[in-house]
Amino acid sequence: MNPASTSFAIDVANVTKTFGARSVVNQIGLRVGIGEIFGFLGPNGSGKTTFLRILCGLLTPDAGQGQCLGFDIRTQAGEIRRRVGYMTQRFSFYEDLTIEENLDFVARIYQIPGRREAVQRSLERLGLTERRRQLAGVLSGGWKQRLALAACLIHSPQLLLLDEPTAGVDPKARRDFWEEIHTLAAEGLTVLITTHYMDEAERCHRLAYIAYGNLLAQGTVEEVVRQAGLATFEITGPDLPALARQLRALPGVEQVVAFGLALHVSGRHPQRLAEVLAPLIQAPRTLRPIESGLEDVFIGLMSGARDNFQ
Amino acid sequence: MTLLGFNFARWWAIVAKEFIQMRRDRLTFGMMIGIPCVQLILFGYAINSDPKHLPTAVLSADHSVFSRSLVQALGHSAYFDVVAQAATETEVQRMLAHGEVMFVIHIPEDFERKLLRGERPAVLMEADATDPAATSNALGTLQQIIDRLIDRDLTGPVTTMRGRPGPVELRIHRHYNPEGITQYNIVPGLLGVVLTMTMVIITAVAITRERERGTMENLLSTPARPAEVMLGKIVPYIIVGYLQTSAILLAARFLFQVPFHGSLMLLLAVMFVFIVANLSMGITFSTIARNQLQAMQMSFFFFLPSLLLSGFMFPFRGMPVWAQSIGSVFPLTHFLRIVRGILLKGNSLPDILPHLWPLTAFLVVALTLGIRRYRQTLD
Repeated sequence: MNPASTSFAIDVANVTKTFGARSVVNQIGLRVGIGEIFGFLGPNGSGKTTFLRILCGLLTPDAGQGQCLGFDIRTQAGEIRRRVGYMTQRFSFYEDLTIEENLDFVARIYQIPGRREAVQRSLERLGLTERRRQLAGVLSGGWKQRLALAACLIHSPQLLLLDEPTAGVDPKARRDFWEEIHTLAAEGLTVLITTHYMDEAERCHRLAYIAYGNLLAQGTVEEVVRQAGLATFEITGPDLPALARQLRALPGVEQVVAFGLALHVSGRHPQRLAEVLAPLIQAPRTLRPIESGLEDVFIGLMSGARDNFQ
Repeated sequence: MTLLGFNFARWWAIVAKEFIQMRRDRLTFGMMIGIPCVQLILFGYAINSDPKHLPTAVLSADHSVFSRSLVQALGHSAYFDVVAQAATETEVQRMLAHGEVMFVIHIPEDFERKLLRGERPAVLMEADATDPAATSNALGTLQQIIDRLIDRDLTGPVTTMRGRPGPVELRIHRHYNPEGITQYNIVPGLLGVVLTMTMVIITAVAITRERERGTMENLLSTPARPAEVMLGKIVPYIIVGYLQTSAILLAARFLFQVPFHGSLMLLLAVMFVFIVANLSMGITFSTIARNQLQAMQMSFFFFLPSLLLSGFMFPFRGMPVWAQSIGSVFPLTHFLRIVRGILLKGNSLPDILPHLWPLTAFLVVALTLGIRRYRQTLD
């Protein structure tokens, strides 16, 4: 198939992968448009990494079909690998090589024409030029992440698969990183990124939420929140932990989460929730309805999903 | 309970944890049990520093009763197995050079007649003395065998000749290493031993290290193909192998004065096959091992029988047949014969072919196995 013949960078359906009796990825279907930044969220061990590995041909799915950049994920892994930049969760470049040597190695593997210039450009672009003779092993988390990103981009991939790229990276470096991702997306690169951070989720064009192998929600931030149909109230006042215990036992209350000095109480039926809460909240406590946030929705989705370990 | 700052609860916590980890790493545990067993069997049953039943050829120009009973007596002794009756001198030399036989006994014309006349006919025993340890005991018994034979067979009118010293003159020619210098045998052998050890270990950890450090996932996500990765990892160590070779050969020449009769080019060419065979074995191990420790253990598991069964430490012909068959699998066994052949016997390509093809076969099998076991996915 010709990559240009489809408007989706990723278009897969019913992708399933089981390890032993456990299905880690369960009939997941996903479409990601070209130039889109797509966020992939879910608790630890939910199958995000496995799904990324299937997309770039590192794992073969047990069932399901689809294409990635116009190539069949089951039969054309080689073609896909050439066009995808995959950044692993754990730093996976050579710690006993310098930044420049690592980039040069990757450039050789991908047979980049004008290799030296490509390496120089990549060093400059990510601000690594001064550090190019440093061993990768001595770099801090933020710089390692920059190196990994630079290495993933050196062969000018059409699709970037980033597996928790900002874990353990400070806020400043994280912001720079997202700047870079948005710039790349504007140039037409498609990005599929997994994360645990809500602020990062909100930076994505679209999202999917996956828990224990099942895709529970997808769409833009607004769509995901709307689909969840969750009503949320904010309670402030004294002695909230005791109140929280009390509230959890009430009918119609699906989740009670502490947010700083307030409690967020969510449920599916706004009317009923208000009726149940009102008698319990007297001054000096206050009760007011608020917009459900992405985090409320995700915690709701997560507690609703059953862990298939059990 | 604490005694002089030593807390038994904490100590027990460490002991218990070590046992759990030992149980998790089955392969390591298996090796710890397996290696002593292998050592026990090899040392107990296979190793024999007094080799017997050594292949012997007879070149007899005398077809008398005496010469026949001499050959018979040789065969009856535990040390010599008469495997061939040679017809010509060239045939005999070829057999020795190829290592088909270790001894050739020459019985001269008119052996019987001269013996009966008391002219002390000379019996010539040629020995392949590359490994002095393998031949010395056999040669030591030779005189006895002849004496006993003469004692028994010289009856009747010739009894007078019994008991007199040496009715037969025994001449012994130790070929290839006339002075029986052990170094001549050990130093070329060491070349093979050193290479086996370093080459297998070095590559056994090569891929395992990538997996342990997490760089494998990255390498797999690139378009690099298994053969490219394998051969890419092998080539640098080929060069290392040749550096080791040069060092040992120089030492052999200048420190130990080991003779070098054959062609250096031929030796270097054979080295290539040998080095790559060992590297391939290492690569194959590294596709199986889950961590670097396991890779090291597998290398050791390969190295130990190589060392013991190849004929480096103990004479190959001294081992029972089953041990010889196992020994014949290892590249070191064949390499030892080749390197001793080239250095000490001046062997040329046709002479070493019988040992070169098993080496090549090993290489092909090990490399194929390694490439097939190397998976391009993480499944």
